[in-house]
Amino acid sequence: MSKKNKEAFLNPLGINNPVTVQVLGICSALAVTAKLEPALVMGLSVTIITAFANVVISLLRKTIPNRIRIIVQLVVVASLVTIVSQVLKAFAYDVSVQLSVYVGLIITNCILMGRLEAFAMQNAPWPSLLDGIGNGLGYAKILVIVAFFRELFGSGTLLGYNILNYDCLKEAGYVNNGLMLMPPMALIIVACIIWWQRAHNKDLQEK
Amino acid sequence: MDTLNLLVRSIFVDNMIFAFFLGMCSYIAVSKDVKTALGLGLAVTFVLVVTLPVNYLLQTKVLGADCLVEGVDLSFLSFILFIAVIAGIVQLVEMIVEKFAPALYSSLGIFLPLIAVNCAIMGGSLFMQQRIGLDTSDVKCIEDVFDALVYAFGSGIGWLVAIVALAAVREKMQYSNVPPALRGIGITFIVVGLMAMSFMCFSGLKL
Repeated sequence: MSKKNKEAFLNPLGINNPVTVQVLGICSALAVTAKLEPALVMGLSVTIITAFANVVISLLRKTIPNRIRIIVQLVVVASLVTIVSQVLKAFAYDVSVQLSVYVGLIITNCILMGRLEAFAMQNAPWPSLLDGIGNGLGYAKILVIVAFFRELFGSGTLLGYNILNYDCLKEAGYVNNGLMLMPPMALIIVACIIWWQRAHNKDLQEK
Repeated sequence: MDTLNLLVRSIFVDNMIFAFFLGMCSYIAVSKDVKTALGLGLAVTFVLVVTLPVNYLLQTKVLGADCLVEGVDLSFLSFILFIAVIAGIVQLVEMIVEKFAPALYSSLGIFLPLIAVNCAIMGGSLFMQQRIGLDTSDVKCIEDVFDALVYAFGSGIGWLVAIVALAAVREKMQYSNVPPALRGIGITFIVVGLMAMSFMCFSGLKL
């Protein structure tokens, strides 16, 4: 793997994370993270869709007329999302109910359009595949971190398994924080991740 | 009364930003000054009001079970058709605005075509699709085209209120002393989180 390909794969996981640095695809990142399981499924779906959409667009990049490229990209993404949504409905129905409209909203996820425009339109299929997987995993990473804290402190479980709901803890005065399951805390946890990341990477700080 | 209820609920309780995080990308990116925020909010409202009734008719007359062909449910095609309708109408709106209101066209700039990939628009259509099947006594139920129109208008106004409020806060925030690592996007997330908490007090609102 050449140095450039390695960068395309690894940068989105850390220094150039799509959610915390490029601020793309936040809608779904916040909405599906009340529990860990839907967050994992969502991260995986987005990774698969980004990877395949990047490859398809990269193969077509020389034949797409510039004026209608957005429509072509949307159609490719919408077809992939339809397939993923049908697969989820068939094999993981409970999760697909929890994700509700957010699976369909992967179509308008800015990460996809951003990577297609910025990377797949200029690069060969193989680097595009790596870039797609990298960005998908970078997105999934943030989702899993946020969902971990929200589920642990909000309902005291992880992936549905009991972690904190014990009588001895309750007698000691510990209660689950219901606010963690509400939308506002998702925003604040993402803000804390951004804060932590920027405190460690001074280059990312804004003036 | 039901219509008024639907309108008020879609503005305050089911607010696109604070309850569902839809359209977050452009919400964060464009909320730097009140004037542009107002322009974008109006454009989003307009596109919602135009696309939602069209997608409603598409869903009930073409895609739903037994509509086009007896015994065939085409609703798995809804993602592709909804996004095609939205992209087409946005293109149309762009051409009309360019022809009849060149000043507005130049002030909105790139954000007008980008409305096509705004999650709030697609999300509106997908939520509408979910709400069609609900029981008619449910306040969330969308029974006919007029309800769809009211829901679209309410959601758009909700989005407009949210983005103008955030832009106003951010204009004032330029004078405050924020820790370097939180500047820009970090503090914006926390502000949105606090605003979402205050909007939570509307939940349960009923006329």
